[in-house]
Amino acid sequence: MIEINDVWKSFDDGKIAVLKGVSMQVAAGELLALCGTSGCGKSTLLSLIAGLEDCDRGIVKIDGREWKTEKEKVALLRKEIGFVFQLHHLMPDLTLAENCMVPVIAVGGSMAMAKQRMSELAEMTGVAHRLDRSVRELSGGERQRGALVRALMNDPRILLADEPTGALDEANREIVFNLLLDLVKKGGKTLVMATHDRAMADRCDRVLQMRDGRIVM
Amino acid sequence: MIITNLRRHRVRTLIGAAGIALGVATMLSVVGLLGGAVKMFERILRSDAEMVVFEKNVSDLFFSNVDTVVADELAQQSFVKSVQPVLFAIVASPDRPVVTCFGIRPEDGRLKKGEWLQGSVEDFRGDRDGIVLGERAADFLKAKLGEKVELGQQSYPVVGIVRLENGFENGGVFMPLRACQEAFHKDGVVSILAVALAKDHEASEVKQWVQQHHSKLQALENDEFSKSYSQFKILKTTAWVVGGCAFLLGGLSVTNTMILSVFSRIKELAVTRVCGFSRTQVVGMIFGESLIVSLIGVLLGWGLSTGGLWLLREVPALQGYIEPRVGWAEVAAATALAAITAIFGAIYPAWYAARLKPASALRFE
Repeated sequence: MIEINDVWKSFDDGKIAVLKGVSMQVAAGELLALCGTSGCGKSTLLSLIAGLEDCDRGIVKIDGREWKTEKEKVALLRKEIGFVFQLHHLMPDLTLAENCMVPVIAVGGSMAMAKQRMSELAEMTGVAHRLDRSVRELSGGERQRGALVRALMNDPRILLADEPTGALDEANREIVFNLLLDLVKKGGKTLVMATHDRAMADRCDRVLQMRDGRIVM
Repeated sequence: MIITNLRRHRVRTLIGAAGIALGVATMLSVVGLLGGAVKMFERILRSDAEMVVFEKNVSDLFFSNVDTVVADELAQQSFVKSVQPVLFAIVASPDRPVVTCFGIRPEDGRLKKGEWLQGSVEDFRGDRDGIVLGERAADFLKAKLGEKVELGQQSYPVVGIVRLENGFENGGVFMPLRACQEAFHKDGVVSILAVALAKDHEASEVKQWVQQHHSKLQALENDEFSKSYSQFKILKTTAWVVGGCAFLLGGLSVTNTMILSVFSRIKELAVTRVCGFSRTQVVGMIFGESLIVSLIGVLLGWGLSTGGLWLLREVPALQGYIEPRVGWAEVAAATALAAITAIFGAIYPAWYAARLKPASALRFE
């Protein structure tokens, strides 16, 4: 489903090489953890998969095709990929419900159906009673669960999670991660998760270790 | 999304809208005031007439010289109902550097329309020196019925005081035409002829007659005159230029607001892109926000100018002089300018937002 072949990526006009010939494949429905220390290239790899960055060299394919043009990249983010960040990145002045509706507005989908889906996801993640609250009023765990709801609103087949529990305390980390796994498994989705938490990584189907821009095992 | 963004940054939205509001208010007020002044002056010229005859190629009607004989000749034509010669003059009085004088014949209808506060219209006679003062003129000249008023080199008895709707007339002095001609050394000439057409006759007949018999004169319908008279053009152009400049300054506030708006939510814009917003949608959102800020500004500015002009009209010293004319055309022009300002103001912020790379923007501190 996801094919990455000899991908290179650098920043600052090639001065900072972040990915150095990464190759990997992720099957549909697979749960893959990318492990490694900060700066090893995990987040950049996720950005390349999502089409948020272009690689300098190499090929990134989703479903057997490259998503290169602006139009294709937008379509990829609208329908195929959901993204969860380390920080929730919810808009603080909006309610949780308004935040969750952002991907639906982007697609121009039915609001009634979206509300139905939002209610279901919020119920599953335990934030249904907080939907009409401003993000400012939510706890860290609730915010991250809200971000999870937002990422799944358009029912993407792939969920990319960049240290999704990295900013949470231990109790919330466990809750959010369990929810994440549960939703992904129930929905038959593919998960690519960047983490430096080996225990969490081990609960995925497969773990790839990254070091200095390369996959080492 | 657009409304939500504006709503959650109310103060910023209001500051942006306030800039446009001040621009709109200034523009509508200046255009309204000067437009009103022009209309008032037009009404002085018109009285009950449809046409104006004056000397060709004069920059100001005060310099126009039309022989009184022309008025009498024209009045005898079948296509003319009546002709009223009017001489405009400006004179100084002891306490007032500028007093507008209107030299008119007793049969001129304009004094009959006023509310006579002292004296009566019958006392204003062409063969005497008695003058009629507008209410404001009587006030600043401190004159009463029967007293003499010093104007220029001579004194004139006041035979009436009349309240007139038109501010210029209400602040003016009406002199018998002959006395006015003598006082200002304009023997036998007037500034304009106000011509009323006979029933079922066309303005073209007057124009043709004037062209044939008095080639140094020009006859125009009132509307034609308003459009071509250089003083009116200067006033109207000045109004739009001053208003436009105020508007541009207001427009800068929208630009500033939109730049702040984009720069302060770079991460948010990146998240919207990650959530599936296209560049076009982001650009549309920025332009939409800018347009709505401007629209709010137009509404606030319209209200502000309406209120301000109403207050000005209520000031006793300005009674009659302020007759603002803010029509739909002016409001439409202000709205169009606001929309253009909004679009121009949003170009850079929208361009910047469209160029944001989501991955880099999310790392932005």
